[in-house]
Amino acid sequence: MKPALLRGGRVIDPANGVDAIADLLILNGRIGEIGWNLSPAGGDVYDCEGKIVCPGFIDLHVGVRDPGFEEDETTATATAAALAGGFTAIASLPDTAPVVDNRAAAEYVILQAARAGNCRVYPLGAVTRGNAGQELADLGQLADGGAVAFTDAKKPLQSAEILRRALEYARMFRRPIFTHPQDAALTAGGVMHEGYYSTLLGLRGMPAAAEEIMVSRDIALAELTGGRVHLMCLSTKGAVEAVRRAKGKASLSTAGQRNSSLVTADVAVHNLLLTDAALQTYDAHCKVNPPFRSEDHVRALIEGLQDGTLDAISSDHQPSAAEKTSRELDVVPFGIVGLETVLPLCVRALIEPGHVKWPQLIALLTSGPARVLELGERGTLSLGVEADVTVIDPQARWTIDPQCFRSKSRNTPFGGWTVQGRVEWVFVGGDLRFRANG
Amino acid sequence: MASLAVPRVDAWNRPHLLGLQELSVDEILTVLDLAAELRRRYRAGETKFDALKGVTVGNLFFEPSTRTRTSFSLAAKRLSADTVDFSAAGSSLSKGETFLDTARNIEAMGVTLMVVRHSTSGAPHWLSRHLQASVLNAGDGTHEHPTQALLDMFTIREHAGRIAGLTVVLVGDILHSRVARSNIWGLTKLGARVIVCGPSTLIPPHIERLGVEVSYNLDEVLPAADCVNLLRIQAERQRSAFFPSIYEYAHFFAMNGARVRRAKPEVLILAPGPINRGVELTPEVADGSRSVILDQVTNGLFVRMACLLLCHQARGSRGGVP
Repeated sequence: MKPALLRGGRVIDPANGVDAIADLLILNGRIGEIGWNLSPAGGDVYDCEGKIVCPGFIDLHVGVRDPGFEEDETTATATAAALAGGFTAIASLPDTAPVVDNRAAAEYVILQAARAGNCRVYPLGAVTRGNAGQELADLGQLADGGAVAFTDAKKPLQSAEILRRALEYARMFRRPIFTHPQDAALTAGGVMHEGYYSTLLGLRGMPAAAEEIMVSRDIALAELTGGRVHLMCLSTKGAVEAVRRAKGKASLSTAGQRNSSLVTADVAVHNLLLTDAALQTYDAHCKVNPPFRSEDHVRALIEGLQDGTLDAISSDHQPSAAEKTSRELDVVPFGIVGLETVLPLCVRALIEPGHVKWPQLIALLTSGPARVLELGERGTLSLGVEADVTVIDPQARWTIDPQCFRSKSRNTPFGGWTVQGRVEWVFVGGDLRFRANG
Repeated sequence: MASLAVPRVDAWNRPHLLGLQELSVDEILTVLDLAAELRRRYRAGETKFDALKGVTVGNLFFEPSTRTRTSFSLAAKRLSADTVDFSAAGSSLSKGETFLDTARNIEAMGVTLMVVRHSTSGAPHWLSRHLQASVLNAGDGTHEHPTQALLDMFTIREHAGRIAGLTVVLVGDILHSRVARSNIWGLTKLGARVIVCGPSTLIPPHIERLGVEVSYNLDEVLPAADCVNLLRIQAERQRSAFFPSIYEYAHFFAMNGARVRRAKPEVLILAPGPINRGVELTPEVADGSRSVILDQVTNGLFVRMACLLLCHQARGSRGGVP
């Protein structure tokens, strides 16, 4: 493989505490050297002046929809979208048809990713057979087949007993359980956050308590079992506070040792930007789960990112074909596509208002999610690791045009937004897999 | 047949009637005044006008309705429009066609005024952005029912002579009521004091921010009431634990003779219907001297004629026969 020299960029590698202007040399598909005035070693030179050179982004849970829902997305289109968004690795949700609840299905995910040849794909296996919430899936077999964690995706696990056993059992394989913390009875029929705007618009609300109850339950079960739980897409103030308390307790009890928190959490970038007021348009692209909340919740999420309560930012990529979204709000599926807009939306939500600085943002997109999945050498630029590298132009301004998405779906409320921050080049294992405008 | 010169009012330039939230006081009064004029002329013997001759009005009811549908249909006919009725049952919807495709097909047949009822809040608003035709909201989910609120206000104004300064109590299931939301917008804009009253489970959060007072005690608020509007209680809400039983609901919130006597002698009893006798109100109240329920139905016709006329006029040169 040809070497590549990324010359003169701002190299940010949060896992190693690096933030400096430097050259980065990719050699034999690995991080060869970081330093000054490096020689290209016969390879291509990329002028990175004014740009940020960082580890490739990692998304903890992506709706890939393949197999079964190829009208929404395929592995090829999802991974192409991921690259365009700066992601070199994604974990794929198991809510396909058939569900990824057995070894063969997990191996199919890996096979499809190899066929696509874009970014890395880590399968997430189902917690329960058919994601039905009744009996455990073959977690050990799934782990053997490559599953890095277990989740019932957007179907919240209602049985505390099932979750308890799943946490205990998955501990054997050192795999976390990803939960979508939501009480199903309290949110039945809901399409948006319960509050002033749901009253105003006559839309069925989903109260914040529905999330807070389940977050508290999931934390209690992690502490009971010693299993690891990862809370997907937190959206409420109470949930952030509960996780903050749990992490505080864990770091006290493991004082002096490496902090091995049993609880981790992420937030979807769109929950940092839009509030329930957005539903006033009755736009189907504003129907997400968890829903856009009110401003006090958004503030709490940002504070959770600032103080490390939240470990990662996800795209919560949920593609839906146009024929599914061009409907009245009650019957439209939840979710929006996100892979290709994560970076500029993070800039808008966090960098522009000064809430976090670049190294912290990069950590939330790289080393943070890598730690959740214990992906070892991913999410860093350590010497010798496979070179998954993303180069960003932090100043570039552009307008989001869903028609230009690599994703097969266009369901986003951000079409037409003029944003800042663009992915320029993406390397996976040292191989250039994406370049802007090409 | 009488010809009708609709006053060209600058106060109305909306091709759609989606809700009372976005209407100004002038726009609301424009509808009420035009409806009053239509009723005056109707009573003088002018029962049919040619104002919408050659225009086709589509009644798209994706949810069952008797009163509103008949009322709109008759209103259109009295204006000499052709009408086409569409209901969800037995339509292409049951063959899997989407709401939008259905509406577009009907529009392609030359329908320029579309009366829409749908069980999803916001459905008419969304539809109005995808069609050339005018959309008149005949009730969307639990959001708004503008013509019902307009006819309620018309009836109140007719009997009480005014709306400003009156105390109007909306009783019952506020949470699920589109009639309540439209009444709240309309009445507060016109200067009434509005009290919403019902079981606490059926009063939605933050409703005070819409400018109303909240009460859980009907007997307490009745002495101040000039008008009481009794919203329909759906029996299935009981199963979702919103209240323990119809019996208990009626005990606290049904309008009976004794409660009418607690109110002012000139109190007006309204109900958007369909009414459940013995639940929201007893037969003696429904058929009693303070009830204006059937007046509401009569007035609804003139209010809907006014709405069709105003929206049609505001269309100007927009669209037409494809």
